[in-house]
Amino acid sequence: MQPLPAIPNLLKLKRVSGAPRRLQDTLLIALFLLPALILFLLFVVYPIFRSLYFSMYDWNGLGPATDFVGLQNFKDILADTVFSKALWNVLWIVIFSLGLQLPLALALAVLVGRDLPGRALFRAIFFMPYVLSEVNVAIMWMLLYNTDPDRGLLNAIVVGLGGTPVAWLGDTKIVLLAVFVALTWKYFGFHMLLYLAGLQNIPAELEEAARIDGASRVQNFYLITLPLLGGTIKTSVYMSVLGSIQQFILVWIMTKGGPVNASETLATYMYRFGFVRFELGYGSAVAIYMFTICLIFSLIYQRLTRQPDYLTGL
Amino acid sequence: MHTFTLSRSTQNLITRVLQYLILSIVVVIIFVPVVILIFGSLKTTGEMYSHPYTVPNPPHWENLIGILTTPTFWVMLRNSLLVMAGTTGGVVFVCGLAAFVFARLDFRGKNWIFNLFTLGLMFPINVAILPVYFVLRQLNEMGIQMIDSLWGVILVQLAFQISGNIMILRGFFTAIPAELQDAAYIDGCNNFDFFWRILLPLARPALAAVAALTMIVSWNDLLVPLVVLNSDDLWTLPLGTMQFQGQYGQDLALVSAFVALSAIPTIVFYLFAERQIVSGLTAGAVKG
Repeated sequence: MQPLPAIPNLLKLKRVSGAPRRLQDTLLIALFLLPALILFLLFVVYPIFRSLYFSMYDWNGLGPATDFVGLQNFKDILADTVFSKALWNVLWIVIFSLGLQLPLALALAVLVGRDLPGRALFRAIFFMPYVLSEVNVAIMWMLLYNTDPDRGLLNAIVVGLGGTPVAWLGDTKIVLLAVFVALTWKYFGFHMLLYLAGLQNIPAELEEAARIDGASRVQNFYLITLPLLGGTIKTSVYMSVLGSIQQFILVWIMTKGGPVNASETLATYMYRFGFVRFELGYGSAVAIYMFTICLIFSLIYQRLTRQPDYLTGL
Repeated sequence: MHTFTLSRSTQNLITRVLQYLILSIVVVIIFVPVVILIFGSLKTTGEMYSHPYTVPNPPHWENLIGILTTPTFWVMLRNSLLVMAGTTGGVVFVCGLAAFVFARLDFRGKNWIFNLFTLGLMFPINVAILPVYFVLRQLNEMGIQMIDSLWGVILVQLAFQISGNIMILRGFFTAIPAELQDAAYIDGCNNFDFFWRILLPLARPALAAVAALTMIVSWNDLLVPLVVLNSDDLWTLPLGTMQFQGQYGQDLALVSAFVALSAIPTIVFYLFAERQIVSGLTAGAVKG
């Protein structure tokens, strides 16, 4: 009869020591998550709802917003040709990025490859523009784009080749491309870096084996390297598109979205209404459109790229 | 057989030469804007107009010295350093704690909260800047000085670095073997001991990577200071550079000197921290 009472005692003992332990764990989890949660909710999540509220007002920022206009701002934006111009420009930047910048980055990554002597040096040099600030990159390229051939290197080259000086940042047909070149100069190194890391993960034996089986370099690239880089390419495309949607500083400093809105992007459009004209309600509605575009793109992209696993690589 | 191997090796030699040729062209394209800038910073305004692309001979240090002897430049440098230190310290602290919970502990609602943070990846600061400005104004009205304060800049930068860096650190923390955690518990560690005494020392390279990345982002950020700061004695270097360019835009030599001076700290830092930056970025991209 003796051991029997000991069992409930033991259980009790365990529960007694377990309860504060669990409390301690909960406390730790809460304390550890709290700083991140508070900052995130206050400065990332709450602003979205705040601007959703203001987007339904006609408000210049002075005093409280009282002039409720419903969905009028949203309708006005869709009717504004400058907004559709900005949307098209962003689309063009996305197309240029995916069609030119990323393939360039991939080609260079493959060229640098795994074991080229001097690989680390090339990587360091190509990635260097990425760490320079956008302000500095913008001003450096403005020096190069100077219309006066005595001051701007690019026009000096054009004139040297027998052409007439080009208004790189002043011509509505050229300006977006000129900005894109500066963007590519700054950002291709980042994508190259991702591809280099991705290449590193592909076992060299695979390409070796294919070569022994008689695959050419081109076949090797299309049948082995590219499919196995799928996951990396997926990430790089996602970051490139999201980066293009929010492109701001470089454009704002080089052209202010001009001339005649020829290089306007969604972010410069929002900034102009929010912080230059102080039409805060209208600006909020632009922000809501941008949020929606980012969200829809992210969701569709994740859905599209998740399915065929054999394409997204290892 | 012999001729076959010979042609194969000449073929390889040609590819190698071509490889280096193409890569060298790209290296030149990368360096041209930087070199033009450095040349420009070492010329007088007159020289910049007469022969803008040549090597500055003899180099004129007047513009550089002129900028370095104005107190404004040093005030901007100090502000940039303060913001960078605040944001980076904050990111490492806040994201380190949260990433530990997501990587190592279980609780109800974990996935839900984690997904909330991943939403942040979809909304970059450039998209959210106007909404964020509203909240800063609201805090100001409540008596918490956010507008025209370096704290405002730090907290906003920090908040928008949270999502990405939690993902990066969680990846690193998850990679630390579970056996270590079990062993620590058996030896009487609680969760905090495990975090503080075992995980953090092991994760030092990961924390360094996150810190290096955040330092670059914060140092280069223009948008948040542009929107938050008004008084010129609070301007950071990028904001000062933008204003300087607006004011002296015609004097290309002087602008070059200013841009060169503000870019030098970044490049020096990059030379020292390249490994950390690269590992942080690639880990983030692979995990993200």
